[in-house]
Amino acid sequence: MGGEVRQLLEQIHRFSRRCLFRVLSMGPLPTHLAFIMDGNRRYAKKRGLEDGSGHKAGFSTLMSMLQYCYELGIKYVTIYAFSIDNFRRKPEEVQSLMDLMLEKIKSLLDKESIVHEYGIRVYFIGNLGLLNDQVRAAAEEVMKATAKNSRVVLLVCVAYNSTDEIVQAVKRSCVDKADRDTERIQLVDIEENMQMSVAPEPDILIRSSGETRLSNFLLWQTGNSQLFSLDALWPEIGLRHLVWAILNFQRSHSYLEKRKKQL
Amino acid sequence: MSTIIIAFNNTDIAFNISPKPSMEAVPCSQLYYTVCLLSLHNHHHNFLFNQFHKRMISLRVPAPSSFNLQRLNSQALERRWRLGRDCFLSFSPSCVENRIGLGVRSTKSEMAPFTAAEEETLPEGLQPELMPKHVAVIMDGNGRWAKNQGLQPWDGHRAGVEALREIVELCGKWGIQVLTVFAFSTDNWIRPKIEIDFLLSLFERTLKSELETLAKNNVRISIIGDSSKLPKSLLEVINEVEEVTKNNTRLQLIVAVGYSGKYDVLQACRGIAQRVKDGEIDVEEIDEGLIEQELETNVTEFPYPDLLIRTSGELRVSNFLLWQLAYTELFFAQELWPDFGRNGFVEALMSFQQRQRRFGGRKS
Repeated sequence: MGGEVRQLLEQIHRFSRRCLFRVLSMGPLPTHLAFIMDGNRRYAKKRGLEDGSGHKAGFSTLMSMLQYCYELGIKYVTIYAFSIDNFRRKPEEVQSLMDLMLEKIKSLLDKESIVHEYGIRVYFIGNLGLLNDQVRAAAEEVMKATAKNSRVVLLVCVAYNSTDEIVQAVKRSCVDKADRDTERIQLVDIEENMQMSVAPEPDILIRSSGETRLSNFLLWQTGNSQLFSLDALWPEIGLRHLVWAILNFQRSHSYLEKRKKQL
Repeated sequence: MSTIIIAFNNTDIAFNISPKPSMEAVPCSQLYYTVCLLSLHNHHHNFLFNQFHKRMISLRVPAPSSFNLQRLNSQALERRWRLGRDCFLSFSPSCVENRIGLGVRSTKSEMAPFTAAEEETLPEGLQPELMPKHVAVIMDGNGRWAKNQGLQPWDGHRAGVEALREIVELCGKWGIQVLTVFAFSTDNWIRPKIEIDFLLSLFERTLKSELETLAKNNVRISIIGDSSKLPKSLLEVINEVEEVTKNNTRLQLIVAVGYSGKYDVLQACRGIAQRVKDGEIDVEEIDEGLIEQELETNVTEFPYPDLLIRTSGELRVSNFLLWQLAYTELFFAQELWPDFGRNGFVEALMSFQQRQRRFGGRKS
């Protein structure tokens, strides 16, 4: 009985969400959304849960946010899963995060996972050489398995630092242009060597937990993105925050388009 | 919206150039008059006249204002000129103002010298040990401020200059070591050449006149940005100003002209590629430290801002700094730049001091 009620409620939610999204899509929608998923540990502490459960709650929030984004029709979503700076944390925490990531990456290959439901192509962006072999192998397997999907794209930044990405791009540009005049290196040469070149620049960057900084995430790509800093911790983020961010984006969008045309 | 004032046979003429139809209540008669005058005297300006003619049709015609030649030469306009000429820099990327002054400085806007004896204690609530070393500012909103007040755009920039002087003084008094300001972006190069020429000549004139004040206040000036497109005379002035103030220690004022974050990384990449080609370094040795050395912000000991303030409520970085903002605390102020002043600055500093900076690690 309880299960049926739950199913009914979910159907109602889905239907009302569809109506809401239809209203939202009357205005301009962003093509690319980026999330900094900050605040899992603080959430666990706040609720008095054990340490690892904050990240688990964060993962389920991530799944629902992805679902909302793809239902709304946003094609690219980038998430900041693990930074190179995070390796400096306690080894136990790093290890538990790696284990959680391995488990969740493997689950993406399941038949019922969100990847198959929405036809997501998954990229893992970052210095994958810094990850342990199992995680790296799982990541590469997911990338290969989803290479044919083309509806929507998920970019997971793991072992990523924007400065590191730029260094790698600079290295590759130097190698490419080694035999030619160095003055002819242009912006496009660096940009095409960036790992994030598979997606356009983010329209919106959302950071949870109230911090207002970029923390070495997508520095190159967010030059013209709108930055939102939400006070809620990541596991508390929900549909209302997404809608609020998109409404704000739509408010300033027309002004920006005019400016872009001037450029 | 941009405004150009041209000194023309000692007659001040003001007219508006809009990239798109403007809703400013510009007296159309005044506009036509000035443009006709220009095109009569100098065929070089004919292209302006043609551009204007197209835009005139879409300008809203206000209630007829009494306009005569005498008013042009009147004291009122001359005074506004002088004040407008005091504009130190044009900072708002959305509103570039240019003017050639009559060579008269308004004493009102001269920066008051601050010495160690006058060092102010920090306001209530701010802790000296948590003050940022390097503050970066995107001074947005001058044009909008002027519009809201019903003033002309150059008044907005004059007010913006006053606000900047106030902030520079406060930085000097409160022990902030470096202040970076965004003057002119690479995006602004697409504006009409005549506008850019006026802007740069204004910048040159202002640097020359401000040099003494800066030297007196122990402020070091550095200019960063793509200098290849700047006129030679301006480059000479820049070199002179940088040379004269290079030993000053109280505050380093970095002015970004023709600068963008991506351009900075690009020129660092070119420098590194050249060094690799010369055999000085190996490709494998390229790392973050090397890029940091090559960036234009290497003129200072603290290249990374601790705090970035953007006024006027826009929630973006606009490609101002890039690499340097990796761990910078961002503060978005709702006020327009001329209204920002001391109160806004204190609010930004208080917000900064309350933040927990972890740099990716954990606070144990």
